[in-house]
Order: sequence, then structure tokens, then C-alpha cells
Amino acid sequence: MTVPVVDYVALSSVIFFIGVAGVLLRRNPLVMLMSIELMFNAANLLFLTFARAWVNNAGHIFAFLVITVAAAEAAIGLAIVVTVFRTEKNVDVDEVRALRG
Amino acid sequence: MIGFWILSVFLIASAIWCVSARKPVYSVVALLLNFAALAITYVGLNAEFLAVMQIIVYSGAILVLFVFVIALLSSGVAPFAAGPNRLPKAIAPAIFIVLIAFGFLYYALRDSSVTLNVLKGQSQLGPVGTAGVFGSVADFGKALFTVYLLPFEVTALILMVAVIGVVLLAGDQTPYVPTQKHARQVEREMREAILKGGER
Repeated sequence: MTVPVVDYVALSSVIFFIGVAGVLLRRNPLVMLMSIELMFNAANLLFLTFARAWVNNAGHIFAFLVITVAAAEAAIGLAIVVTVFRTEKNVDVDEVRALRG
Repeated sequence: MIGFWILSVFLIASAIWCVSARKPVYSVVALLLNFAALAITYVGLNAEFLAVMQIIVYSGAILVLFVFVIALLSSGVAPFAAGPNRLPKAIAPAIFIVLIAFGFLYYALRDSSVTLNVLKGQSQLGPVGTAGVFGSVADFGKALFTVYLLPFEVTALILMVAVIGVVLLAGDQTPYVPTQKHARQVEREMREAILKGGER
């Protein structure tokens, strides 16, 4: 009934790269934000894994802070999406050109 | 062990579904399944409080926010038109990046002590949920409000700044500027209204 830490690391990195692929490949900003949430969760899984491996609850605290920051990030990201949609009537990240550099 | 593999297959499948779903609502459902499975994984890692937080904060707050925004944006016009598939052009760099990243991971974990640590069963740490035991709510709360009190307060500040930013960004856009001119105008209107009422 033991699971090596490496398995958790592999699982976490697979989820993280799925999130990276979502951010890079999708054009819908909502799905991009959800992919960012996936990446946050992959990082949290690693924090909890190593907290468990070294029986030290600093990882739990940090995962808690990450959850809070992720909530703030989601709220601000969605507010930006809503604001862009209000002015552009379109939220496709390839079509929105108002902030082009 | 078997549980871990079932959970990891479920986690990866729901993550892929979330990223590849055609409609954003399906993505939200997939993400919900992913977060639920992740909460079960957290319980297996002796992080019961974080598992509950995962359900409450992510599934309860953040995903509801996503659903609301999707409903808001999808009413009336259809903002999400089907575009060209980007996958064929991106697949080669994606594989390249993933190989490099896994190479770094392998190099970092190759012969470190990390690989020697194994996650033993929960019986090694005592019964679940009792105070003072690693991962229990009491243990977590004690650490959060003593050693890590400052990060906790900073988190509260971050959340407040985020809320103010959201209200500024997406709130009511009509400006309210209470100037002296407005005050005088309001006063005049009120006086006229009172006079009119007196005439009646």
C-alpha cells in the first residue's frame, strides 16, 4: 500500500502539461482560464505530496495560499473577459485586437 | 496503489476532456470531475482540510463563477465561433517542450533522496482527524494561525485587492461624481419639490 513520490510527480506534471497545452492551443479565454486552474491544481498536488513525504505541514499552508490566489486570479480574469466582451462583443483571443502590442 | 492508478487515470482523462471540449460548459463539468478526484487524492495524502477546501473553494466558488460568466456571455450572441484547428501546427513544438521538461524532471529526481521516500499507509501516522496528528484540521489550523499568521493576513489583503479590482473592472460603469454643482442642483430640485407639495 505504498505509492512512490515519483508517481505523484509524474501525475502532477502530466496534468500541468495538459494545462499548458490548453493555454497554448485554445482560443476561448474561459477554457484558457480553466487550463490555468488545472496548472494551479497540479502544483498543489505536488505541494501536498512533498508535505506528506517529509511529514511537514508547510506544504499544506502553501497549498492553501495557492487556492486563495487562484480564486483571486479567476475572479480578475473573468472580470477582464466580461469587460472585453462588453466592448468588443467577441472574446476570441485571436480576434480581440484592442490590446495589440 | 490500485486506488492511486484509478484516480490518476480519471484525473488525466478529465483534464484532457476539459482542455479539448468543444463547448466551455463541458469544460466546466470536466473540471468539476477533475477537482473531485483531486480532493480524493488529497485525502489519500493526509490533507483532509485541503480536500474539503478543494471542494468548497474550487467546485463551490470558482466553477460557479465560470458557469455564470459562460451563461452571461452565451446569451444572445454566440461569441465562440469554431476556428481553424491549431493542433497540427503545434504538435511538434509541444512534444519538444514536454520532452525537455520531462528531461529536467528526470535529471532533478534521478538520484536525489526524494525518490527514496515512499508514501506509507495512514496507519503510520495515527488515526485520521485526531488533533496534533499530521494533516488534521487542528494541526493545520494551529500552524496557520501561529507560524504562518503573516502569510494568512497577506492572503486576506490579496483577496481584498482582487475584489476591489473586479468591482472596478466589471462593476457599474456609469460614473458617480458628487460635486458641489450636483449638490446645489439636488438642493434646488428638493426645494422646488417641497414648494410644489406645499401648493397642493
